[in-house]
Amino acid sequence: MSKADDYVAGIIAGKARIAAKAISLVENGDSSAIEFLKALYPHTGKARIVGITGPPGAGKSTLTDKLAKLLRKKGKRVGIVAVDPTSPFTGGAILGDRIRMQELATDPGVFIRSMGTRGQLGGLARSTHSAVRVLDAYGSDFVFIETVGVGQSEVDIVQLADIVLLVTIPGMGDDIQVIKAGILEIGDIFCINKADMDGANRLAAELEMMLDLKGHFEGLRPPVVKTVASEDKGTAELLESLLFHLAEDENSGRLAERREKNLKTEMLRIMAKALENTVSRLTEQTGALENYSRQIMQGALDPFSASEKMLAQINNIQFRL
Amino acid sequence: MLERKIRVLVAKPGLDGHDRGAKVIGRALRDAGMEVVYTGLRQTPEQIAATTLQEDVDVLCLSILSGAHNTLFPRVTALLKENDVDDVLVIGGGVIPDEDIPFLKDHGIEAVFTPGTNTEDVVSFIKTNLKR
Repeated sequence: MSKADDYVAGIIAGKARIAAKAISLVENGDSSAIEFLKALYPHTGKARIVGITGPPGAGKSTLTDKLAKLLRKKGKRVGIVAVDPTSPFTGGAILGDRIRMQELATDPGVFIRSMGTRGQLGGLARSTHSAVRVLDAYGSDFVFIETVGVGQSEVDIVQLADIVLLVTIPGMGDDIQVIKAGILEIGDIFCINKADMDGANRLAAELEMMLDLKGHFEGLRPPVVKTVASEDKGTAELLESLLFHLAEDENSGRLAERREKNLKTEMLRIMAKALENTVSRLTEQTGALENYSRQIMQGALDPFSASEKMLAQINNIQFRL
Repeated sequence: MLERKIRVLVAKPGLDGHDRGAKVIGRALRDAGMEVVYTGLRQTPEQIAATTLQEDVDVLCLSILSGAHNTLFPRVTALLKENDVDDVLVIGGGVIPDEDIPFLKDHGIEAVFTPGTNTEDVVSFIKTNLKR
């Protein structure tokens, strides 16, 4: 058996350490990672993938903790991938989402992995997708992805999750904020957390009005649910809403449709990455950039013709994560 | 192959409620380009061992001020051993008397950093003693 098959066998057997090592393998872009991901894929697809996104401090980690505990009471296994930002200056990161999930640490039915964004800007890490697949194959019934605290336009989660829970809090601005483009367009469920604060009812009314204006929905109209996650209030209703939504999407075929759409995006991303990698290797190895830039500076060539010439030299595509 | 990042877990075993030191170390390691998982106060050895395993960290930093290091540190390293986690560098820090350090080293704590330590010394110790 190859190394990739060993990993896959260990993950399916529910070995936590092997799952953890496999995620590192992918995260570090190890040369065997692609072979591993190919072997892993047939064992994925059973878990429901729930994205949790929203601004910093909205309570995403606390809500994830509460939802995971409720699912554990129903006997479900839960995986959690929690993403926090990497410093663009030092490359370091403080990954602190586990602080809100301490009691889950020793539950054998829960696997939590923290990730730094490592330069990705869309609210996820480059290897979040693969980590989710590992936890799926590991036997999780649900995999939660907690994005970094987002602003207005980090919407990568929508291309990865089966359902997106958008967590917001009162006091973040006026009603124009909720009709702006961006993250408010990706919520399948809206959660107003810290709903014991002033302005929760008004925010709920504004979100409902935004949804009224939209009028047409691909699946169900997103519900607006109020919670106080730190006191575990409203979280059972939120989970009910989530499970209902997932069940409806499954019955209506919308879930399959969404997964298919996400697969298309994924393939485009894989190919773009492979081409980018191939181009940078080619130019590094041949010194072609220096050569052509000199010719262009001398007026002998233009950037488009030079690029055409370089691309014509590609004879094999090298994949990279 | 991408740049291999050093992943670290900074953990506070036991009952003391002071994590300024842990946060200073966490911050220094972050600034040295490492990914630092911080799990908050009052962790049991079981929680720390499970987190070390799931996060697949290269380094585990245990910080303690309560005086219970001779009980809690060896418990953590014993749990790691039970789970076949043998490739993690375990270091300790906090208010730890010099005479306790040899005992801790015998129990798998490879270095102990006490008050007054320069954070750069911790960074360079980690970088030169990684087990993988």
